[in-house]
Amino acid sequence: MVQKHVKRSPAAIKEALCGYISISPWLVGFIILTFIPILSTIYYSFTRWTIMDAPVWIGLENYIRMFTKEPLFYQAVRATSLYVAMSLPVIIVFGVLLSLLLNMKIKGMNFYRTLFYIPAVISGVSIAMLWTWLLQPDVGIVNTLLSYLGIQGPKWFWDPKWALPSVASMSLWKVGGSAVIYLAGLQNIPPQLYEAARIDGAGKLRIFFRITIPLLTPTLFFQLIIQMIEAFKVFTEAYVITKGGPLKATYFYLLYFYEEGFQHFNTGYASALILFLVVIIMLMTAAVNYTSKHWVYYEGEGKSK
Amino acid sequence: MNNAITIANVRKKYRQKKMLVSVLTHLFMISLSMIFLVPILWMFSTAIKSRWDIFLWPPEFFPKVWQWVNFRDVFTRVPMLRFIGNTFFIIVIKTIGELLAVPLIAYGFARLRFPGKNALFMLVISTMMIPLQTKLIPLYSMYVRIGLIDTYWPLILPAFSGTPFFIFLLIQYMKTMPRDLDDAAKIDGLGTFGILYRILLPLCIPALTIIVTYTFLWTWNEFLQPLIYLNTYEKFTIQMGLEMFKGIWSVEWNLLMAATLATMAPVLIMYFFAQKRLIGGIASVGMKG
Repeated sequence: MVQKHVKRSPAAIKEALCGYISISPWLVGFIILTFIPILSTIYYSFTRWTIMDAPVWIGLENYIRMFTKEPLFYQAVRATSLYVAMSLPVIIVFGVLLSLLLNMKIKGMNFYRTLFYIPAVISGVSIAMLWTWLLQPDVGIVNTLLSYLGIQGPKWFWDPKWALPSVASMSLWKVGGSAVIYLAGLQNIPPQLYEAARIDGAGKLRIFFRITIPLLTPTLFFQLIIQMIEAFKVFTEAYVITKGGPLKATYFYLLYFYEEGFQHFNTGYASALILFLVVIIMLMTAAVNYTSKHWVYYEGEGKSK
Repeated sequence: MNNAITIANVRKKYRQKKMLVSVLTHLFMISLSMIFLVPILWMFSTAIKSRWDIFLWPPEFFPKVWQWVNFRDVFTRVPMLRFIGNTFFIIVIKTIGELLAVPLIAYGFARLRFPGKNALFMLVISTMMIPLQTKLIPLYSMYVRIGLIDTYWPLILPAFSGTPFFIFLLIQYMKTMPRDLDDAAKIDGLGTFGILYRILLPLCIPALTIIVTYTFLWTWNEFLQPLIYLNTYEKFTIQMGLEMFKGIWSVEWNLLMAATLATMAPVLIMYFFAQKRLIGGIASVGMKG
């Protein structure tokens, strides 16, 4: 592997060898559990294959079937894009707002921070169960409280119009998770900048838009990508609560993928499905990345714009 | 004299105004807290109600009779303890795997020089972004072929090759440690791996606790992978067990909430003990790309 003619000292060769030994658990895992599976998924997406029999090469047929013969595919795409469009902006905006609140210097702030982060650690099925109970149309606490205000609450998960917003509000409940990350970003802004701005006579609003927001943009950018990927991957809520209903309103893409791949075992077709999602996620990430040079502020870029 | 009184007055007014702002802020924060607190309290309230009390109108926050027996029912009517035990077993094995693999891998990336390191590091980072589902079908078919379906192997094996997030976390942590440490240890005659295990690792304990905590948290909450790999219900994890209850006790919300609460309790307890570390850990990685 490492050859003499590269002109390395024996010590450097030994160090390189130790380096490869130390990362070998990851490398082996990467090859067997990530690299080969991903290549296989690409190959299987061009085959007719149902897990037990041998895959048969059928070219683009899975993709043609996906785009032209499967109304379920369009329902899944529709539900997922609506969900991303609905939840992503709200999660970002409320995450930043919450982090601004949590950045205030008042007594007992640690208590609030601890509290707001709780929903972020109890994800999974339990959170879905809790919300199924909270949003029960007749006996749920939310509709009960609404009825005290004289509002007739909707049927939430059981109404085709309200099911998506219900899932979205569940994800909004977990907003504390990203708020603490923005908070870390806020606390990384050097206080001298604020001082200098104040001495120059800048008002609070001006400071917010000229210092806080620009210096938060790198964190915002990174979170935008992470939250977007998370939103595309919405699954557990729909699997546990709605099973994709009512009227396929919450029939998210990964639910479709799960049903095709692991219930009907149309594994070849499901491979094509998941690759399409990955391509969409990559394109969206690239698009966000492309816009980043217009709005993400990096230090050393030159101070004024 | 007159002047002094005015200044005192101004100070008093200022203090009063400050006080008012502080009270209003707290009022606002407390009412905001309710959005996060009420659902959890309501879950608790439901979990100790009788099956008639949950449908009472108007609903009571504190039922007249606290029916603790619900929790006993949850544990006796379904093998809840077994699900918890299964999950803990997986957590312990995965933790061992992560603790064996991650420090070694992170050390290689943080401290040793070898050709191709930067490219490989980029791979570690990019694998964090790849949705698990992309590799699920080939992995499933591989495990079917070698007969590991309905065992815990598919769930625990990846831990022994290190979770990319943890590798990244520990690399960042090791990079903050001065290189002089390594040099001093080298002079004292420690070998390459001696430096890792004798010198660096003890200093990494804060980062390692983050890894242990997150392994616990994520494994406890994991749903999709157990759902796919496990078939026999004696082998179910806690989240799968909870999902199963939903089918058994469709409208007995007191039992369902007792089960949900029992499922959340270990995570909540751990969160309160480790919250500073948890939040600090996620924040340090979440900020940089």
